[in-house]
Amino acid sequence: MPDKKIRVLIAKPGLDGHDRGAKVIARALRDAGMEVIYTGLRQTPEMIASAAVQEDVDVIGLSILSGAHNTLCPQLMQLLREKGMDDVIVLLGGIIPEADVDGLKKVGIAEVFLPGTSTQDIVDFIHRRVSR
Amino acid sequence: MSEPSKGTSHTLLPAEPTSRREPSPQERAWEENTLAPTLEKSPERQKEFTTISGYPVRRLYTPADLTGWEPDRDLGYPGQPPYTRGIHATMHRGRLWTMRQFAGFGTAEDTNQRFRYLLAHGQTGLSTAFDLPTLMGYDSDHPLSEGEVGKCGVAISSLADMEVLFDQIPLSDVTTSMTINSPAAIIWAMYLAVAEKQGADWKKISGTLQNDILKEYIAQKEYIYPPEPSMRLVIDTFEFGVKNTPKFNTISISGYHIREAGSTAIQELAFTLRDGLEYVDWGMRRGLEVDEFVPQLSFFFNAHSDFFEEIAKYRAARRIWHKAMVERYKSKNPRAWTLRYHTQTAGCSLTAQQPYNNVVRTALQALSAVLGGTQSLHTNSLDEAWALPTEFAATIALRTQQIIAHETGVSNTVDPLGGSYFVETLTNEVEAGAWNYIDKIDALGGMVAAIERGYPQREISEAAYRYQLALDKKEKIMVGVNDFVSDEKPLDILQIDETVTHRQAERLRKLRADRSNDEVSRRLNALRRAAQGKDNLMPFIFDAVKAYATVGEICDALRDTFGTYEEIAIT
Repeated sequence: MPDKKIRVLIAKPGLDGHDRGAKVIARALRDAGMEVIYTGLRQTPEMIASAAVQEDVDVIGLSILSGAHNTLCPQLMQLLREKGMDDVIVLLGGIIPEADVDGLKKVGIAEVFLPGTSTQDIVDFIHRRVSR
Repeated sequence: MSEPSKGTSHTLLPAEPTSRREPSPQERAWEENTLAPTLEKSPERQKEFTTISGYPVRRLYTPADLTGWEPDRDLGYPGQPPYTRGIHATMHRGRLWTMRQFAGFGTAEDTNQRFRYLLAHGQTGLSTAFDLPTLMGYDSDHPLSEGEVGKCGVAISSLADMEVLFDQIPLSDVTTSMTINSPAAIIWAMYLAVAEKQGADWKKISGTLQNDILKEYIAQKEYIYPPEPSMRLVIDTFEFGVKNTPKFNTISISGYHIREAGSTAIQELAFTLRDGLEYVDWGMRRGLEVDEFVPQLSFFFNAHSDFFEEIAKYRAARRIWHKAMVERYKSKNPRAWTLRYHTQTAGCSLTAQQPYNNVVRTALQALSAVLGGTQSLHTNSLDEAWALPTEFAATIALRTQQIIAHETGVSNTVDPLGGSYFVETLTNEVEAGAWNYIDKIDALGGMVAAIERGYPQREISEAAYRYQLALDKKEKIMVGVNDFVSDEKPLDILQIDETVTHRQAERLRKLRADRSNDEVSRRLNALRRAAQGKDNLMPFIFDAVKAYATVGEICDALRDTFGTYEEIAIT
């Protein structure tokens, strides 16, 4: 019996409109056999948390290039906890200073993928974490 | 309005790079006697060689590639049609390009200091980066601004902020570029108000407003209103500019963001120039004279890493624009024929890994812009895959331009690559590829119609994905990323003061307490009413700005009438 498809929500929080990364990742994950839902631009943490519940996703992939990650990520993680979505794996990509990575992981971001990450690394990471 | 030509009259150029080659007997002899035995002994490194855009490049370019190419017609002389060699007779011998480093972060005070630092270090023009709330038409204290204030540019919510931004910078002497699009008319009105207060003559001040909404729908996605009312605002600024600020570039039609979103060089060129034609069409529909308003349109291109492809792109751009102005619009004014452009090196080519390598990348990209004949240039800083640049990194970026200008000697002659078999062939091919796209968009009913169908957006997404796959498969190499990887120490990066949000919120609270709120409402209502009609909105926006209405309030007044735009996300 085939495995249930992994469901991923790709989300662009905040005001940033740079969606090249989000779209490339959405497509790569789809090509890797996952079910991908893309939120489109300018989603508030509330909108993303609600979409995650509604779509019952295993993974949320956030893309932020504007520098607002330290504000938006903790807000989203708090909302996910409130909605009982503690088990969803939240990934972050974008322009993220190295010094911020530890803090982001502390609030529950599973991994921060910096510029230059190959799409295969992200696919492999998701497979490892979801199958566990 | 003149009927757009359907592309039948372009110089007929090979669409396929391998077609139409007729090697000379000498070239054939070389192939047989020298090349063939070499290939037999040692095959080439790759089966196919392509540019970073995936465009095929041949082993050798010879006169056979330029059959049908006529130097007098296709190359000409600098400062003369078709401007392949540059728009000025003496190019950088006469005057170097403007070194214009894009800067902006934190509050107006923070950025004012950086501006003054850059001017003190030999920068010759200013370029302002605004933060996302400003770009999206929200005040710093709007709930959606949380976490974004002062982060990727300076926070400007009202004329009060703008006064601080240009404090002690004489706008009569310095030219300023402002990267703002949806709220461009508002920010420009603020700039003009500051200029007026400083006593600068509007007829003499010069600078550039980005104001290019089409590429926002296509690539950068910082739109507020639907295309129709957005285009009206753009044409309002054109009309206002023709009358009041003849030396100001009212738009910078931008390929930069299209390229950063992942397009190929040909797509960048084609979509940008087709955007340009769209603005000309809309201006003419307003009743503006091509020969009057087109000289105030300027362009903005990316300088990516594929050296010759970029140079070919700039040369082809000038040729296409000249042809379009003369043939499509029957322009009689040579000032409308010349494509003037700013260049910025490719942010998307910078690597977070081994960041000092970015200095080298940027230098080579900048060199291509200079050899391509740019009018102004921004060089990226080495730390920009991590954060906004530190002063240290920004200084190296500026010094890079100064080294190209004063040490390399590349500006001692005009268009040094003119006549190169390769560069001329690539220029022809890039031009032909761009015309194909322009014709396609014409057939779709123009750029606004094409955008509404998602056509350029889809083309760019496809190219971005193709490039990512090429990187993943190591068909294309990024040094330090998918090859030549090594460990390194983290960089010291710029930290944006997190108190910016509070300082800005406090400033807005004070502004709203000190100004006449009745006057603000009166002027915003006048703007609202005007937006429902057909009047040029610039005077109404200017009035509102001078009463210290905020960016958010003015944008809201227009949102009330125009509504907002949501794209259909394509993945």
